Amino acid sequence: MITAAESNTDAVSAEQRLRYLLRLADTSLVLGQRLSEWVGHAPTLEEDLALGNITLDLIGQARLLLAYAAQVEGRGRDEDQLAFLRDAAEFCNVSLAEQPNGDFGQTIVRQVLLDAWQVELYQSLVGSTDAQLASIAAKAMKECRYHWRFSCGWLVRLGDGTEESHARVQAALDGLWRFTGELLTPDALDAHMASHGIAPPLAAIRSRWEARIDAALEQATLRRPPPAYFPWHGKRGVHTEHLGHLLAEMQHLQRVHPGATW
Amino acid sequence: MNEDWALYEVFIRARSGLEHKHVGSLHAADARMALEHARDTYTRRQEGVSIWVVRSSDIVASDPGEAESLFEPARDKVYRHPTFYTIPEDVKNI
Repeated sequence: MITAAESNTDAVSAEQRLRYLLRLADTSLVLGQRLSEWVGHAPTLEEDLALGNITLDLIGQARLLLAYAAQVEGRGRDEDQLAFLRDAAEFCNVSLAEQPNGDFGQTIVRQVLLDAWQVELYQSLVGSTDAQLASIAAKAMKECRYHWRFSCGWLVRLGDGTEESHARVQAALDGLWRFTGELLTPDALDAHMASHGIAPPLAAIRSRWEARIDAALEQATLRRPPPAYFPWHGKRGVHTEHLGHLLAEMQHLQRVHPGATW
Repeated sequence: MNEDWALYEVFIRARSGLEHKHVGSLHAADARMALEHARDTYTRRQEGVSIWVVRSSDIVASDPGEAESLFEPARDKVYRHPTFYTIPEDVKNI
């Protein structure tokens, strides 16, 4: 449940609401774009379809959120312009979403960490004081629950699988863990949104996320890495070098042929 | 990878009240994965409200070599078809 803090009574500006919506929208968009790189390359036909389905769910979430963000922005831009004509520094996705796919195990670990976060976040956002955000969250929550079921199933299968699969997912977990701090550490904007009941306090998300992840890691016989310092603040536009390359590919067509349709 | 994965047959119920129908098969490592694959492969266009999966090796099938003795005896028994009734025009779904 979202509770309003007494201390903060400043109004939420359109700019602040826009920035917060972009954090959610860009995380889904960038993660969806990353997953789409598997299409045609997944280990089996069935997994290819599964990853493609998750991709489409994520891009669908991004569309709804970006359309709402464009409305809040009120500068006449639409969701496509927000997706395809912003530069990396204007993207507000968490840095974990833009990390490369690596092998299948690394993709699964990234997905597990983000699915758990999105499930908990969207579950809480259903009770947001922002009615439009709440209705988008209600739809996204159902999709994310399935994503979690899929990724968590694979984490257990790989972690509790062969010696090699175990070693690979543990290495992926050790490598990606440092990006999880950003998911769960509130900055001023997160706190401001929480104080108005628009978003849940991240401290509440942290405890539920940790419980979910710990249970999955135990079942997968994986070791939880120690907390690590994180210098990346994707949600404030400070990204790893990977985002620029991803956007170059994603935005290429609109940049070369502005307004192209089919 | 598919060498390790079992073949499963997939049955989908399109709507409540209808029976599950065989729609195809897929590979999966276990029953849970088979359900997920079936969901992603066969219900992407809202084809179903329920899924059954069963390992293909658990299906007992008739032998095509025995088709004559199994099925031909029914061929000359047309009286088993309910085609000798007239059905009122306003009765649908029969």
